Amino acid sequence: MSMSPRVEYIQVAPDALQERLAQLLDSGGRMQMAYAWLPRPALAEVRYLAAPGAGQPLQVWECRAEHAHLPSLALRAPLLGWYEREMQDLYGLTFDGHPEPYPLVVDGAARGIALMPIEGPPRPSLRAPLVLPEVRDPQVQLLSFGPVRADVMESAQFLFFYLGEAVMHYQPRLFFKHRGIETRFEGGDPLAGCVLAERVSGVGSVAHGLAYCQAVEDAADCVVPLRARQLRVLLAELERLYNHLHYFGALADATTLKVGQAEGRLLEEKIKQLAGRLSGQRFMRNVLMPGGLRRDIAVPADLPDTLSRLRNEVESYLLQLERTTSYLDRLITTGVLTREVAFDQGATGPVERASGLDRDMRRDHPYAAYTDLPVAVPLAEEGDAYARARVRAAEVRVSFDLIELLLPQLQSGEVRGACIPKPASCGLGWAESPRGSLYYAVHIDAYGRLARVKIKSPSFSNWRAFPFTVHQSNMMDYAINEASFGLAIAGCDR
Amino acid sequence: MSLWTLRGLRSGQATTDWPQKADGDHGQHGTLGMPRITAEHCGDECRRCAQTCPTQAIALDTRGHLAELDYGRCIACQLCVEACPSGTLQSSEAWAFGVRERADLEWSLEPRPLASQQLAAHIEKSFRGSLHIRHVDAGSCNGCESELQALNNPFYNLHRLGVFFTASPRAADLLLVTGSVTAAMQEPLLATWQAMPEPRRVLACGTCAVSGGVCGGTYASGNGLHGILPVDIWLPGCPPNPAAIIEALLLLLERKPQRVHGGRPHER
Ligand code: SF4
Ligand code: SF4
Repeated sequence: MSMSPRVEYIQVAPDALQERLAQLLDSGGRMQMAYAWLPRPALAEVRYLAAPGAGQPLQVWECRAEHAHLPSLALRAPLLGWYEREMQDLYGLTFDGHPEPYPLVVDGAARGIALMPIEGPPRPSLRAPLVLPEVRDPQVQLLSFGPVRADVMESAQFLFFYLGEAVMHYQPRLFFKHRGIETRFEGGDPLAGCVLAERVSGVGSVAHGLAYCQAVEDAADCVVPLRARQLRVLLAELERLYNHLHYFGALADATTLKVGQAEGRLLEEKIKQLAGRLSGQRFMRNVLMPGGLRRDIAVPADLPDTLSRLRNEVESYLLQLERTTSYLDRLITTGVLTREVAFDQGATGPVERASGLDRDMRRDHPYAAYTDLPVAVPLAEEGDAYARARVRAAEVRVSFDLIELLLPQLQSGEVRGACIPKPASCGLGWAESPRGSLYYAVHIDAYGRLARVKIKSPSFSNWRAFPFTVHQSNMMDYAINEASFGLAIAGCDR
Repeated sequence: MSLWTLRGLRSGQATTDWPQKADGDHGQHGTLGMPRITAEHCGDECRRCAQTCPTQAIALDTRGHLAELDYGRCIACQLCVEACPSGTLQSSEAWAFGVRERADLEWSLEPRPLASQQLAAHIEKSFRGSLHIRHVDAGSCNGCESELQALNNPFYNLHRLGVFFTASPRAADLLLVTGSVTAAMQEPLLATWQAMPEPRRVLACGTCAVSGGVCGGTYASGNGLHGILPVDIWLPGCPPNPAAIIEALLLLLERKPQRVHGGRPHER
């Protein structure tokens, strides 16, 4: 499969970073993420992932952090702000000139490089301290809820500075769920790491497993059999379907449409049961592995019929939602994310596409069997909750289209090829998860074991952008706005 | 609005009649549960299952044979089944692994004396009517939450069994915990438990909450609820599916028997 390179690796000196970034931005490119790893003990290297304009390979900029200092790029590329803070917390690096240099993930500052203890009891002091803006107006009140929230929710704390019904400033406090899962990969067999990747974010099990496998396959430069690549697409699109249906159930709940909520949840359940019957597990875990699949998936002859019946039910449900004025009224103009903020803060997936940014990894950097499938990318311009819902509804239809195209093309044959990552190598893998772009970077040590695994989850990106739609908004709209973003937390916190 | 009501009526009954009807549809057909241990003999010095298990659930004897399997650590990943050349470990559809005593999840070749079955008078009368649950995510992957949320979808419709999720710890009878208990969640978890009125019950939901799961013991993660809270029901699974959670809740309420003793599931 060697076409043009998927990724270009470029060495960049610290004092050349700013200029490179300026060139990238001027030519319409965008940063994707940044992470640190240790090529040698006590020497950190930072890797920046950049996406130049359409049709060009991704770029990895490699930059040695001599003396543990680098210039901050967060002023020109605000989305890098959180990545730099994470490296500060976990690797003891300093980013000079950072606009918000306080801890984000854990309170690990001033610990120096490579002081991440792998063993030992948890220490409550790990939690990053709360840093709030200074508020002088005595009329502005502070409301906080979480980290334990109503119903069955992931843990996070939300802080609102408000005046009457108006939200002046909003701050989510995340990383209560930080598990240090990236370190769990270290020292392990790359072929065995997929079960771990599948457990980073349960509702993204397939996307995480896939991005991980593809990163290892990149480091091994191996070929994955066509049938395995096709079945990977089937699993990934089923994952998108149950997630998007869950999303509509949650959105209907937030707009108090009880029947609409129940119907969305039931459709989600039907896809999960189908996924369980096909793969042996409702989240389609325990099937993927580097090189292909652990075992073949028997596709029943009636699968097209089952899916077309489901599609009719889903279609009727989405049409009914689109005809419900009370629901539409609550979504239209709620939580506007402008195109500019979406770009600068790094919004991804349906969220960025609803703000007019035309990006989808399946089409722009195709992987698995998306290389042979036409992936339509629905867009909207308004950036409000309604636009986000419309984009997701259109994506549900695209998922059904893709599966319908795929099933008649399914090849028979092997589902697993040899995959041996080269010693002292690295690899990059990605997937367009239901929530947006997901990256895995893997580093293999001299003995062929995993030395470092970095996970960039889509929710890490979207949580960064979300607050910009809450500042200066209305308390009453918050729940709907949050539901319209479809955020998860486990992958963000890791 | 009335259109939705009409739709709801037209679409009819979606709810399963399981578990009231034992042969009703529990919705988990074709899914793989915890590995089954058969009577096939292990090859000498085989060791493969223990070497492949990502959560160290398996212990070997001096000959390198399978000697112990702790289902409380098992994430049902099926890797040991795929690695086992002798057919000793096989896939199964057994998922109802909720137990009262942690030791009942531990299988060993030589069965240990069974943990005493304290079935009598576990549950005070006040629980018999209905059960109110306060859920705390203490650092999950959100797979467990996804299945807990599914309990309220029309297929499982948990309300029909008199079980409800509640926002207030003061109104809760049961603390249902997911996740391995991260450093940052330990304090909020304990605060929630302390805010609950007595008698208060605890359910460790998912392998993470039972033993730490895949993340147990990193610099930021604990090893589940052991030693942190008094647990009434241990339910491993990654995640436990909605039917397994329902069985565990009914076990707590003494409306269902425990299906696993000494790591050995009973035939249905
Ligand atoms: S199925 Fe359970 S016992 Fe077997 S390898 Fe996986 S976690 Fe270990
Ligand atoms: S037990 Fe499994 S599904 Fe549940 S939180 Fe842990 S990793 Fe996720």
